[in-house]
Amino acid sequence: MPQLVSIEDLRVAFNGVPVLRGVDIALQKGEALGLVGESGSGKSVTWLAALGLLPRHARVSGSVRLEGREILGAPAAELDHVRGGRVAMIFQDPASALNPVLTIRRQLCEALALHRDLQGNAVKAEARRLLDLVGIPDAARRLEAYPHEFSGGQVQRIMIAMALAGNPDLLIADEPTTALDATIQAQILELLSTIRSELNMAMVLISHDLGVVAENCDRVAVMYAGRIVEEAPSNQLFADPVHPYAQGLIGALPPLDGPRRRLTAIPGTVPDPAHMPGGCAFAPRCALASDPCGLAAPSLAPIADDRSVACIRAESSRRALLGIAAE
Amino acid sequence: MGRYFAIRIGRAALTIVLVVTFAFVVLRLSGDPALMILGPEAPPEVLAAFRKAWGLDDPIWAQYFDYFGAIAKGELGRSMRDGRPAIELVLERIPATLALTLPAFAFKVALGIPAGIYAALHRGSGIDRAVMMTAVAGFTVPSFVLALVLVLVFAVQLGWLPSGGQDSWRHAILPIATLSLGGAAVLARFTRSAMLEVLGQPYIRTASAKGVPWRKVVTSHALPNAAIPTVTILGFMVGTLIAGAVVVESVFAWPGVGRLLVVAVANRDLAVVQCILLLVAMTMVTSNLIVDFLYGFLDPRLRTKGAHA
Repeated sequence: MPQLVSIEDLRVAFNGVPVLRGVDIALQKGEALGLVGESGSGKSVTWLAALGLLPRHARVSGSVRLEGREILGAPAAELDHVRGGRVAMIFQDPASALNPVLTIRRQLCEALALHRDLQGNAVKAEARRLLDLVGIPDAARRLEAYPHEFSGGQVQRIMIAMALAGNPDLLIADEPTTALDATIQAQILELLSTIRSELNMAMVLISHDLGVVAENCDRVAVMYAGRIVEEAPSNQLFADPVHPYAQGLIGALPPLDGPRRRLTAIPGTVPDPAHMPGGCAFAPRCALASDPCGLAAPSLAPIADDRSVACIRAESSRRALLGIAAE
Repeated sequence: MGRYFAIRIGRAALTIVLVVTFAFVVLRLSGDPALMILGPEAPPEVLAAFRKAWGLDDPIWAQYFDYFGAIAKGELGRSMRDGRPAIELVLERIPATLALTLPAFAFKVALGIPAGIYAALHRGSGIDRAVMMTAVAGFTVPSFVLALVLVLVFAVQLGWLPSGGQDSWRHAILPIATLSLGGAAVLARFTRSAMLEVLGQPYIRTASAKGVPWRKVVTSHALPNAAIPTVTILGFMVGTLIAGAVVVESVFAWPGVGRLLVVAVANRDLAVVQCILLLVAMTMVTSNLIVDFLYGFLDPRLRTKGAHA
């Protein structure tokens, strides 16, 4: 399958403090990739940087290709075409993600006018169709309403409609359900997966909710302290995590079946980006860490056809995991 | 919406009554108009006759009710100095004051708002720092100091402009400049912080993320939101159009309402002072009402809240 997006060695620093320290991601057309990790691990920054949406004082380097074409540092006009037209993005807090003083119609039609060759009434008809598509009832009338007149779940639906306005090839959903309550959360995820399969659109689902990612993504990348530490097909990652951090994350989830066990927490906290440990960033919290871990940061290396891990003890940690499972 | 405004109008009327009452009491407790106007040398029987003629012998509450009774009939009293109706004296000074404050208001807006927007869009740049330093200076230097500095430079040293009086349009330049600079500084600071606040909002990122060119993000997404706090300060400035030039008029010997107020206070010319204060309170309150109305127009969230209230 042809690659839609390939990110190579993407690095971001804010005021000299590195927050993204060499990220590589490859995404196929139509694929759903989950990006998990704690707050501050660089999940959102990766995609904001790729689309040139970070504030000006952010230093970004590396390469981001969209179907082979470099978009990092591309001219503003080209980026404006990519944003919304090829790659759309929806955000965590829907309530503040829409402009409070503009009607839904203006915000939706703005996106349509930018990316679709539509005129006059066709724009409004398409806006109505999009609202219908995302399940906003009485679309014709609701177009004239303002964001504050909708509930959180509805606003997120409108955000999705707006994201779809440009017929994008890729939708970046940045914690799309974190601010919503559980039932609405399920509805929004359901909507996203329906739309994705109907439109054959690729999706990156950024979340710290492992369950959400497991259900909705083909592949998962685990991020820690500005790097990807493990990447694997969803089912394999959850059944058999290799990186000690991924093991820790999954170990912290309560199992649905089997005997009750104590949930294990990962000791310590995420390192301060300004004072990163030399070597592996996870080493200070890692039960399996040994002297060589402190020397150099391990790079993401393949351990199977479709899996890669950034850990010099990938093999032994895999064995350790199996050992624990056998007990 | 109707109730939203009914409440505000009621509050406005109460504000005016309070201002007028306060002025009435303070003026009557702070000196004897008869002594001020006739002078300490005046014979006691003249002073007594003066007090009797103006009702100054009555108990203060009786004077107060008489005063409100007269206002209700549309009478604002007469000047104790020349016996003319106070309102006439005040009205004939208003054009002179507006000749300073209206152009100054236009300059404040034309300088302050673009400077604030520009500084916010280029935050941290040399121009931003220059704008903010100028703004802080304009903000902290009192207008009489600025006025004196301008007089020193442009009238005394360079001799380009007159230092006071009202004989030609050239006489208006320095007073207008004094009023404009301070106001523009306040407005620039306000606009800049309103813009910075708005530019940091998630919906600005949303607009960029959907491919809206930056210029349009600023004009159609950021500015309408930043206008809401800016309107507050603009409303305040409109409220000071009538009596916002007291100091500047005094420094430049400009015969406007402000000068009249200073002279009338010094003389305890009660009716004139009260008439000016009533007018000032009314302009303030009216401009506040206009601001409230504009809020409803600019911010749909308030509109619906008003409709529900």
